[in-house]
Amino acid sequence: MSEQFEPVIVGFLCNWCSYRAADLAGTARIKYAPNLRPIRVMCSGRVDPQFVLQAFRSGADGVLIAGCHPGECHYVNGNIKALRRFALLRKTLEQWGIEQERVQLLWASASEGTILAAAVDRMTEEVRTLGPLRWGEKVLIDEAVLAVGEEV
Amino acid sequence: MTDNGKPKLAMYWASSCGGCEISVLNIHENILTVDEVFDIAFFPCIADFKYKDVHNYPDGYIDICLFNGAIRNEENEEMAHLLRKKSKVMVAFGSCAYEGCIPALSNLTTKADTFNKVYIDNPSIDNPDGIFPQLVTKVDEGDLTLPNFYHTVSSLDQVVDVDYYIPGCPPEPHQIWAVLQIVVAALTAGGPLPPAGAIIGAGTTALCDECEREKKEKTISKIYRPFEIEPDPDQCLLEQGLICMGIATRSGCGALCPSVGIGCRGCYGPPDGVEDQGAKMLSAIASVLEVGDETMEEDHLEELIQKAVDDIADPAGTFYRFSMAHSILKRVKNGKGAA
Amino acid sequence: MTDMKKSPTEQERVGVYVCHCGSNIAGTIDVDEVAKFAEKNPNVVVSRNYEFMCSSTGQELIENDIKEQGLSRIVVASCSPHMHEKTFREATERGGLNPFLYEMANIREHGSWATNDKEAATIKAKALVNGAIERVVHHAPLEKIPVSINPNTLIVGGGIAGITAALELAEAGHHVYLVERDGTIGGHMAQIDKTFPTLDCSACILTPKMVDVGQNDNITLLTYSEVESVEGYIGNFNITVRKKARCVIEDLCTSCGDCEEKCPQKVVDNDYGAGISTRKAIYRSFPQAVPGYPVLDKENCTYFQTGKCKICEQVCPTHAIDYEQKDEMLNFDVGNIILATGYDLFDARKIPQYGYGRLPNVFSSMEFERMVNASGPTSGHIVLRDGVTHPKSVAIVHCVGSRDQNYNEYCSKVCCMYSLKFAHLVHEHLPGAEVYNFYIDMRTPGKGYEEFYHRLLKEGTHFVRGRVAEITDADRNPGEENKLIVQAENTLLGQQQRTPVDMVILSAGIQARHDAEEVSKLFKMGCDYDGFFNERHPKLAPVATMTDGIFIAGACQGPKDIPDTVAQGGAAASQVAKLISQGTVMMEPVRASIREDECSGCRICNTLCPYNAIEYDEEKDVSRVITALCQGCGTCVAACPSSVIDGAHFTNTQVFAELKGILWDVQEEITAKQEAI
Repeated sequence: MSEQFEPVIVGFLCNWCSYRAADLAGTARIKYAPNLRPIRVMCSGRVDPQFVLQAFRSGADGVLIAGCHPGECHYVNGNIKALRRFALLRKTLEQWGIEQERVQLLWASASEGTILAAAVDRMTEEVRTLGPLRWGEKVLIDEAVLAVGEEV
Repeated sequence: MTDNGKPKLAMYWASSCGGCEISVLNIHENILTVDEVFDIAFFPCIADFKYKDVHNYPDGYIDICLFNGAIRNEENEEMAHLLRKKSKVMVAFGSCAYEGCIPALSNLTTKADTFNKVYIDNPSIDNPDGIFPQLVTKVDEGDLTLPNFYHTVSSLDQVVDVDYYIPGCPPEPHQIWAVLQIVVAALTAGGPLPPAGAIIGAGTTALCDECEREKKEKTISKIYRPFEIEPDPDQCLLEQGLICMGIATRSGCGALCPSVGIGCRGCYGPPDGVEDQGAKMLSAIASVLEVGDETMEEDHLEELIQKAVDDIADPAGTFYRFSMAHSILKRVKNGKGAA
Repeated sequence: MTDMKKSPTEQERVGVYVCHCGSNIAGTIDVDEVAKFAEKNPNVVVSRNYEFMCSSTGQELIENDIKEQGLSRIVVASCSPHMHEKTFREATERGGLNPFLYEMANIREHGSWATNDKEAATIKAKALVNGAIERVVHHAPLEKIPVSINPNTLIVGGGIAGITAALELAEAGHHVYLVERDGTIGGHMAQIDKTFPTLDCSACILTPKMVDVGQNDNITLLTYSEVESVEGYIGNFNITVRKKARCVIEDLCTSCGDCEEKCPQKVVDNDYGAGISTRKAIYRSFPQAVPGYPVLDKENCTYFQTGKCKICEQVCPTHAIDYEQKDEMLNFDVGNIILATGYDLFDARKIPQYGYGRLPNVFSSMEFERMVNASGPTSGHIVLRDGVTHPKSVAIVHCVGSRDQNYNEYCSKVCCMYSLKFAHLVHEHLPGAEVYNFYIDMRTPGKGYEEFYHRLLKEGTHFVRGRVAEITDADRNPGEENKLIVQAENTLLGQQQRTPVDMVILSAGIQARHDAEEVSKLFKMGCDYDGFFNERHPKLAPVATMTDGIFIAGACQGPKDIPDTVAQGGAAASQVAKLISQGTVMMEPVRASIREDECSGCRICNTLCPYNAIEYDEEKDVSRVITALCQGCGTCVAACPSSVIDGAHFTNTQVFAELKGILWDVQEEITAKQEAI
């Protein structure tokens, strides 16, 4: 087991495009970072911002939302709503202190297994550089303990 | 302490503004009924009570305690535990106790930054030696202690078990009276009480149920700050581009703010079944922001959407204005969130 | 806080099955460890690992355990749900449980196949399995939704694909609406002279089929018509078609052709005639047009442009001309749709160095096809643009716009064969002419195709293996004056070659129709990267689309020759016939529903559904999902600010449970830290 920090990234993959892209990456035996833990949804438009927040709260270091390219959504434009929510969510998360690299949106069609694999590799390294987030521990416990210690 | 057999009522304020107390008094002449039915066991706002009075009560002595205010410091938490012990029914009264409310917006910053702002870096302070209040200060007569100021503001149910919640900033007088009537009926005539953990004195659905404005199919083409436009008095405010939290806020207040042209701020908290009010509001608004469509180039689409989203000046502060302590993330990391 | 209900999940009895998939999974993941880990979950009663879960023995494990151990939920950790979700759902059902009380953890495609790190793969597998267990306890039994199938079918496009499909269905006794944009059916095949490799006359094999279509009572032929709107879902589509005004009263017209003959206005025929022949303002594309009613081209008609003429009206013996005729909107219901909208030819003007459109004697393949046709503008004589001179040498350039990263990367499949056909036709019409075929590879995969190539070799065709770099009239060497010079590298000789010829034919590739994307949006389906309609699965479902009830056939799905087009037309018809004979289909129950008594009528959801499945009840002030229209994407579920829309099988409770489940190891670290403080 490597001593370096292994980020845990939760992925919300849409059934028709990005989940199949991940399947294709596996079928083609493309090796990529095992740090992504996928959750299947029917469409990226199903991704409720509450899921992203809960993922961070439950200890994830990063969240990836992956859907079909605009114009190719199996449900016509679910991914457009996902994009709009993502833009507002990311802006809000910045205020919460969560860096942009920790929550990413990716378009990957069913045939783009290599693109998905490369994106997961890239994001894993970006999150590794940022360090663990571990919200329940570092933010809710450690920072509070630190504040006590900062005795003013 | 005299025990005349009347049920005991307590109302305590933790980290709060006093508005809840005023709202209780705003039930006007009904307060006389309250006085008739209840014995006031502990209500520091209106009469002189000491903490040791509460310590001396037997456990469960207080029938119903209306605890308002958030848990900001050690004293607030101590009183929460004490009153919980001494009360049969603990009510988280008002948005502060229920979900953090305005005090919880302090979770956008840190204890260190707060202290710095209050005691050092502000225009009306003169503190050349940089003195901060101390937890313990030795004086000739002994030790003076101050309660510890917590890094994070919590809601009441995050420190003690809560039996009921009455939401609102403040809860509306007619709702307070409705709840008190139920309690009075339960205590005097054996009437039914709502199930433990219930949110009472409010509706269950979103505010739109109570709002008189006309609602069409919701699409927003641009978001405006309240000072930027004069809203049409009959049309839904959100449809006009003004942020109204009503869609993600529990009904019960009668949609007071929208009825005078101000978007709902969300002070009654989320409707039943919602984990995180801010996140749901964010999701709903972004979903209907009619900017860009699937026929556009990816880059252009992202640019348009980003521009529209940037019109919302302070999403964390706006969407979590009242519910921050109850939100999924609860506080900001490293205190960078203050706008 | 909000979820005060006591969870019933403690009573579930979950069976977990970790598949080895031979060494596909077990070679990387410690399947034993994963199974033992799963057993520790308080909801899990049985946890096994097995060689091949998808085998009948594996499936029987599930069935028997359900019966003998009283299992209430099943988790299989194996491959992708796209492989075997159906298999294991059926096994679950045979065991006596509702098939939706089953969840799958993808530890093969997403696990063992994607990494060499055994430890990390096992950690990931445990996380995914735990997520599945935590999720499945919240699954509810769901029933598939029966939908009745209207036996009528809409076929869009009257080329050979659409004609084949229409006849197959009509002859099976089912009614078909065949909608064609042009005034006649026939498509591109009607433009072709001879078909490879048999050199059948294209019109001779096509026109009998066209006549069959025109005469079949089960086919409502709507030509000069376009689909305006498509509403509904499989079995229940409502279609609106605009029947454009051809200014001819069909009931009165006898197809005598007098109007066409007497019309004084000649127009360049850019459609059927590929721009090298003319037609009249009132015209039939070709004499064997079905239906035989002409079309009046208002843009080029003297009467419509200037108010004068009206000769056709005067001449028509049955008074069938009606200048006032308006477009007609037709509305009807169908159960299934087949799209057979064909292809466009690649526009060779996009390759300026080939000189098409600038150098007069550079011809596109369709121009040549029309020229060499006996019913064409030159009566089948191969002549230069001057209309008189026979070329003594002809160059045929393969792969124009195809196999080219600058234009279309794919191979258009038919061009080698039709280029050989052209070579043969030149030899036939102009004995003694020199014919040069410039090719990259010779692609002749069909029956008789390779033999056809050999024939052309024997006929004395010069084959130059090299992509043409340039076609120019700038002569440099003696013998090049007044010629077109084809510059290419002859890769077999390993040297540059300049070949002076009189005529050049550019074998342009096949590409998707210019409006394919708009059409796909009309039918709520997608196009692939190259613009062709997207099939459901490239190998196993080439004529189905992701949208149930909508099929594709022919070149609109991708470049192909006539035999393959006909095969696909028949295949699409057969799939439609299957649905019609079933009468009812069972739809996936992954749908949204709104809890009306909790809905505040905020109407946020109303505009979010691309299928218009959400309606607003003014009286009750609530919104409602029309279950049959809902496709289950969950967008409205995520958007609802009151969380009153339930997404069956993807509920918030289920997703949150899965989320917390897959983060079990991180959560454990945090809990330990909390307790330490």
